[in-house]
Amino acid sequence: MSESPVDRLSTYPSRATAPYGYDHGSSANLADILERVLDKGIVIAGDIRINLLDIELLTVKLRLIVASVDKAREMGIDWWEHDPSLSSRADDRALAEENRRLHAEIEALRGERELTREEPGATVERRHRSSRRPSAPRRGNGIADD
Amino acid sequence: MTERVAYAYAVLRAVEGLGTVLEGVEGVAGAPVRLLPEGSGGALAAAVSSVPARDFEEDALRRHLEDLDWLEAVARAHHGVIEALGARTTVLPMRLATVYLDDGRVEAMLRAEADEFSRTLRRLAGHLEWGVKIYVEPQPDTQATGASSAVAGTADGLSPGRAYLRARRSQRHSRDESYRAARQAAERVEAIGRALAAGHARHRVQQGELAAGAGENVVNDAYLLSRDAAAEFRTRVLDAGQDLPGVRIDVTGPWAPYSFAAPPDARSPAPDHAPDRAPDRAPDRAP
Repeated sequence: MSESPVDRLSTYPSRATAPYGYDHGSSANLADILERVLDKGIVIAGDIRINLLDIELLTVKLRLIVASVDKAREMGIDWWEHDPSLSSRADDRALAEENRRLHAEIEALRGERELTREEPGATVERRHRSSRRPSAPRRGNGIADD
Repeated sequence: MTERVAYAYAVLRAVEGLGTVLEGVEGVAGAPVRLLPEGSGGALAAAVSSVPARDFEEDALRRHLEDLDWLEAVARAHHGVIEALGARTTVLPMRLATVYLDDGRVEAMLRAEADEFSRTLRRLAGHLEWGVKIYVEPQPDTQATGASSAVAGTADGLSPGRAYLRARRSQRHSRDESYRAARQAAERVEAIGRALAAGHARHRVQQGELAAGAGENVVNDAYLLSRDAAAEFRTRVLDAGQDLPGVRIDVTGPWAPYSFAAPPDARSPAPDHAPDRAPDRAPDRAP
């Protein structure tokens, strides 16, 4: 990514302008769209399986995102610790707390992802567990399960 | 010839006129969008596009998802299709990048899940989703306020140092006030939701550069509303913050019922994913 997405994204209006129409799609806030298309909706196993943990890790990153995902990763996702405008805030304690929580969450996701890679046999199980829709019928939809 | 796979956007109740709606819609990867009927007299259909396999195979997808430009283009196209269809019928949006080898596999999925899809579509019929975000507005510029209060303080006979500390304290005070006000706004909005909405879901608060709104987002929720109740809900929610200084309420929508498409037991996120930060941060309970 050469262009900073931040500059680009800032041109989108932050709120929908059409209260009753259904025409705010092109201008709706990207964050509002992403949290819906990545985190919500029906989770059903397609034939081409992306590991849902990858998506969940991605949404964690997007929550924190700065100039680019690469940069966030390069900085170990703890970039906000070094941001003077954040660290000088009065609510350091709350931030530190959240920081710890996010770190734990990311570590847990990483750990699970590693495990998933090492144990291909366990993959299907883990995907289902992470899908937030653990009902059994999902199991029958993938070629890998047939 | 390029190998293609079937990208599924949503399951919906087929009604007249959807074909016309889809003629004007560009799907993911610029592909046209088609409806695959459930067949054998069923009323369900799936909206799909044929997309290049090379971009939607497992490895390619994993790489692409890390590319914000690609992700944005696909997310907007995915959302655009769902939005166009949602204006005409009840839709169950599928999570981004649900991909099948061919149309036949999508049809098989549709038949296998038909009962559950029908149940959910009945539950959501005539309802749409509205987003409500509550922000604590950014505090006035520290330097400017500090300086002017310091001047005022010195006029009161305080040393510049003490005047500065007093100014900081008063800023801190107004910050606490704002969080208390945000908490009050959150309680009012939830009460309006209990009176009018058919469902309530929490999203994570938006942070970082993608959070385009000014101020700090402390509540980011979605409500499911019947078409009849939507206008009143929106008006009352926007009103709920009018008398609360330092608080802004944004309403977005209508959205297709993304946050209510999964069955209720599977829908709610883990509690620590949805921190209700306004109450946590306000040091005192609101009266």
